[in-house]
Amino acid sequence: QSDRLIIKGGKIVNDDQSFYADVYVEDGIIKQIGENLIVPGGVKTIDAYGHIVIPGGIDVNTCLHMPYLGMTPADDFYHGTKAALAGGTTMIIDHVLPEPGSSLLAAYDQWRDIADKKSCCDYSLHMDITHWHEGHIEELEALVKDKGVNSFLVFMAYKDMYQCSDSQIYEILSILRDLGAIAQVHAENGDIIQEEQKRLLDLGITGPEGHVLSHPEEVETEAVYRVLTIAKQANCPLYITKVMSKTSADVIAQARRKGMVVYGEPITASLGTDGSHYWSKNWVKAAAFVMSPPVNPDPSTPDYLNSLLSCGDLQVTGSAHCTFTTAQKAVGKDNFTLIPEGTNGIEERMSVVWEKSVATGKMDENEFVAVTSTNAAKIFNLYPRKGRIAVGSDADIVIWNTKETKIISAKSHNLTVECNIFEGMECHGAPVVVISQGKIVLEAEKLSVTEGSGRFIPRKTFPDYVYKRIKARNRLADIRGVPRGLYDGPVHDVTTATKAVAPTPTSRGSACPGKAQMVPVRNLHQSGFTLSGNQMDDHIPRRTAQRIVAPPGGRSNITSLS
Amino acid sequence: MAERKRTWDKEDDLPVYLARPGTTDQVPRQKYGGMFCNVEGAYESKTIDFDALSVGQRSARSPKSIQDGSQDGRSTDSEPGSICTDKGTGGHEEGHSGIDIKTTGGKEILQNLDELKSDRLLIKGGRIVNDDQSFYADIYMEDGLIKQIGDNLIVPGGVKIIEANGKMVIPGGIDIHTHFQMPYRGTTTVDDFSQGTKAALAGGTTMIVDHVIPDPGASLIEAFERWREWADDKACCDYSLHVDITHWSDSAKQEVETLVKEKGVNSFLVYMAYKDLFQMTNSELYDIFTFLGELGAVVQVHAENGEIIAQEQARMLEMGITGPEGHVLSRPEELEAEAVFRAITIASQTNCPLYVTKVMSKSAADIISQARKKGNVVFGEPISASLGTDGTHYWSKNWAKAASFVTSPPLSPDPTTPDYLNSLLASGDLNVTGSSHCTFSTAQKAIGKDDFTQIPEGVNGVEERMAIIWDKAVVTGKMDENMFVAVTSTNAAKILNLYPRKGRIAVGSDSDLVIWDCDAVRTITAKTHNSAAEYNVFEGMELRGAPLVVICQGKIVLEDGNLHATSGTGRFIPCTPFPDFAYKRVKARKQLAVLRAVPRGMYDGPVSDFTPMSRGGTPAASARTSPTKQSVPVRNLHQSGFSLAGNPAQRGEPICLFIHSHVHAAVLRS
Repeated sequence: QSDRLIIKGGKIVNDDQSFYADVYVEDGIIKQIGENLIVPGGVKTIDAYGHIVIPGGIDVNTCLHMPYLGMTPADDFYHGTKAALAGGTTMIIDHVLPEPGSSLLAAYDQWRDIADKKSCCDYSLHMDITHWHEGHIEELEALVKDKGVNSFLVFMAYKDMYQCSDSQIYEILSILRDLGAIAQVHAENGDIIQEEQKRLLDLGITGPEGHVLSHPEEVETEAVYRVLTIAKQANCPLYITKVMSKTSADVIAQARRKGMVVYGEPITASLGTDGSHYWSKNWVKAAAFVMSPPVNPDPSTPDYLNSLLSCGDLQVTGSAHCTFTTAQKAVGKDNFTLIPEGTNGIEERMSVVWEKSVATGKMDENEFVAVTSTNAAKIFNLYPRKGRIAVGSDADIVIWNTKETKIISAKSHNLTVECNIFEGMECHGAPVVVISQGKIVLEAEKLSVTEGSGRFIPRKTFPDYVYKRIKARNRLADIRGVPRGLYDGPVHDVTTATKAVAPTPTSRGSACPGKAQMVPVRNLHQSGFTLSGNQMDDHIPRRTAQRIVAPPGGRSNITSLS
Repeated sequence: MAERKRTWDKEDDLPVYLARPGTTDQVPRQKYGGMFCNVEGAYESKTIDFDALSVGQRSARSPKSIQDGSQDGRSTDSEPGSICTDKGTGGHEEGHSGIDIKTTGGKEILQNLDELKSDRLLIKGGRIVNDDQSFYADIYMEDGLIKQIGDNLIVPGGVKIIEANGKMVIPGGIDIHTHFQMPYRGTTTVDDFSQGTKAALAGGTTMIVDHVIPDPGASLIEAFERWREWADDKACCDYSLHVDITHWSDSAKQEVETLVKEKGVNSFLVYMAYKDLFQMTNSELYDIFTFLGELGAVVQVHAENGEIIAQEQARMLEMGITGPEGHVLSRPEELEAEAVFRAITIASQTNCPLYVTKVMSKSAADIISQARKKGNVVFGEPISASLGTDGTHYWSKNWAKAASFVTSPPLSPDPTTPDYLNSLLASGDLNVTGSSHCTFSTAQKAIGKDDFTQIPEGVNGVEERMAIIWDKAVVTGKMDENMFVAVTSTNAAKILNLYPRKGRIAVGSDSDLVIWDCDAVRTITAKTHNSAAEYNVFEGMELRGAPLVVICQGKIVLEDGNLHATSGTGRFIPCTPFPDFAYKRVKARKQLAVLRAVPRGMYDGPVSDFTPMSRGGTPAASARTSPTKQSVPVRNLHQSGFSLAGNPAQRGEPICLFIHSHVHAAVLRS
């Protein structure tokens, strides 16, 4: 296969504009764009007349090696990336899920090892923080600085396994903000879920419908709201993985309107299907839909999420692809809490978004490129190497046929699992040619991938797209104390100081920094500043209804109370 | 108000069939049948004499009522007392034509009959304002109960007569949230039950509901008994008690049950703040909500995210911020809104009515009103401080002043907050008002002079509550007098399940009444207030509206600004569970919300090998055992001919079969 390619006659679609031009690719990089290009001989020509040429998709959320009870997903890095390429996705970002308590770096090395051997397309890695303690700070730094990981996922669900408390999340977000990394959250209230699971099992509900009943939409929304509050306090950008319900998407949209730096990631499943199948009489089918947060039973959800995706309230799409065979899912045949969680979607993602958003007129082709590829590249600091067709970018290109119709079916998909949650869905729009790293991997419905050809793409910290605003806010957010005279009035004796004090060691331990403040305060006091008399803030009109009859200054001397 | 008064004047000119007797409001909703209702007993215990209220007689009364407002307002001036009436504010009355004062003032009559020490009271010529309607009628009271309402009542001799002269007679206020005599690290709040209830009575509040705060780990019942003892000794007005659940265990569970069933407590507060002290985890909240939901109690929450507060406090102290401004900086309103959101989510999961105490910020109030719009049973309680003032004072140079505002959640520094909360209160998105009165002296507050986290939390407000709402909401036209009664008294009584004994002027109700002077103007100041605290967070506020006469348990406790309260006369009012106001809807939903499993055949395909969950994981023990209960019906179904396969011939290829059925389902749906 030639290393030199020229794509002729297609309409190049980036996230900002579309134009007609030829693309010349050499050594896996786009070398020239324009008309009447002068190219050397021996160049393979690809005819793209009538099609659009788009940057290859980036799937920001896959779990191709997620361990569960000693099992790994049926689609590993080879099958997963192969399916990705077949669907027009040329890069994935996989989640590293370390065993709670074990080393993050060790898990990273393990994932790198497997992915380097098996992956057919470029990949990058998110790190999941499954267990938090102070010792992880150094590992985080090492990952960020030496290993090319700039995004970390924290869990608000999976109680007693991965779940972090609110203070832990606050700490982690503060550290990630200082490191310039992206904080991702799996947002669900694990405490409530656990209680609900117990209740449902007690009621004798053991099938997959118990999964969705124990993970109600409110629980997802609550966690999104909570983590947004925490992120606001920590002044940390936030990325919500797997937005599955209307209300949680609404909360994100509202937060963005209030100026928060937050990104929401709906996934193929939430954009393409709904959770009514949990009640299917066919256990296998119902179990195939089991994932967390669950696919929403409200059938209007996909449409709604596609609308928010189109208007920019949600920005990126992933697949959360994590498939288990029916036999693996059957581990939970008598207890829905044991069903391995995960749905397919890596292959269908681009087509589903096209079908639901572009074909219906919600978004145009440029926005399609933005939500499937460019925004992801920007958030995770891959832009413009990925996510754009420009000179110098990686030659990850998809020629997209907007007229082709494809029916998704487990019979024809490139996955190893027996069920496809989008079974029977008709999609208008499909890739005809997929070029990854400058090589044609899909042409004329024939997939030719090479196991192990995928490279790890390291990512730098402080992505501009995310951190520009945060940096500006950090400069502004300077809190100052009020300089006051020393209080010299009577102080009530405190007998039992040991108990019943709200904030505990942390606050008292840091009493020492207070001393730093003492010096200027004392100076102020000595320099003739008095507490009595008119107050500094008295001239500020506060309440319209307030008419000060006796100036409060007369009574406000704290040492001479009447 | 002014508008309404003007309509009274016009009413005389209205045709007979349009002018309504007794009230100028829109036609009140007839709760027990309409105008033509002839159901027997429909008007029982409503002794309104409809003939007396007929159009012809009304006109004689209304002009009287207009002028007397000014008269009584002035007459109280001369009295040295807790109510300072501003002489210079005749402005409100300018709208009325100058009509001469014809009637004798109420106070002479009162004083003349004072010696008789009669238990029998007659309020003549008042305009009775309930939460649903207003009308003119006389009220006769005996033995602390309202015995008759109507015109031309036949009453025995020796009756003390109060001439209300058309002034509003409202049910006494119920302050649903106070902390009198609250112990705090070896000291107690400066207002004990005697001082606090006196202040309450002076402000027109005739019942308080105090919070029992047991030490974490200590017995709830013991704490309850201790509070009962304190209150029985000292309270001057009726009281009831909330119990705060400061720890959760099986023994606490039992005690809660006893309190509900035997001790007359129907509301419990849980904390989402005060980490390592009172704070509950989400699972505990879920458990408590479920438990209280079954008992029919009202769950109250102190909603703030304690974990983040602890982090922020540490950060502030590290930055060297030790003054009261650190208090508000470490408790931003987002944390309040977040906790409210979380509490509502948990309550909705557990199908339990929720009561959010101390709504201090716009965003928290918004969350509550959104939740109400979605159908959640949730009640919000703004307090005097959040309705009357804002948190800009935390930055005051005067430490003592700044410290006097310290309460949790803090007052929002946004100066538009009080207005906003008053609007939501008027629209019914927030339902009840408390004061969260919890006062500490400056010396006590000074415990935290070098560290804001040590400042004892609490503001005053029990005395000012009614007047603040009148001034901020009724005078500004946000709400009418009926709504005023609802938010200050009736709704609280309904939530506590004391309605209609409290919170309504009706035959058989307790005679806790207030004659309210809409036009009195007084200036709030720590010099004259009835609380023992040196600071008043409403210092300098001019408030229109004040109680003229307060009647508590059938006795006049306030007249002409003189307070005649007696410590120890207050009775404990036991509350019963399952208040209709909160639980009717919840009960109906419980009946509906029955979850059913999907009957399926047994899965008999291959199962992967897996290593059982060693650590943590999802519920283990209960999870594994319970499915056995279900197995019988499932097996029956399977045996009765239902099969997974559809076509047994193709059993060899399960993949295709599943697809087969899937396609069918898809076709059916499309």
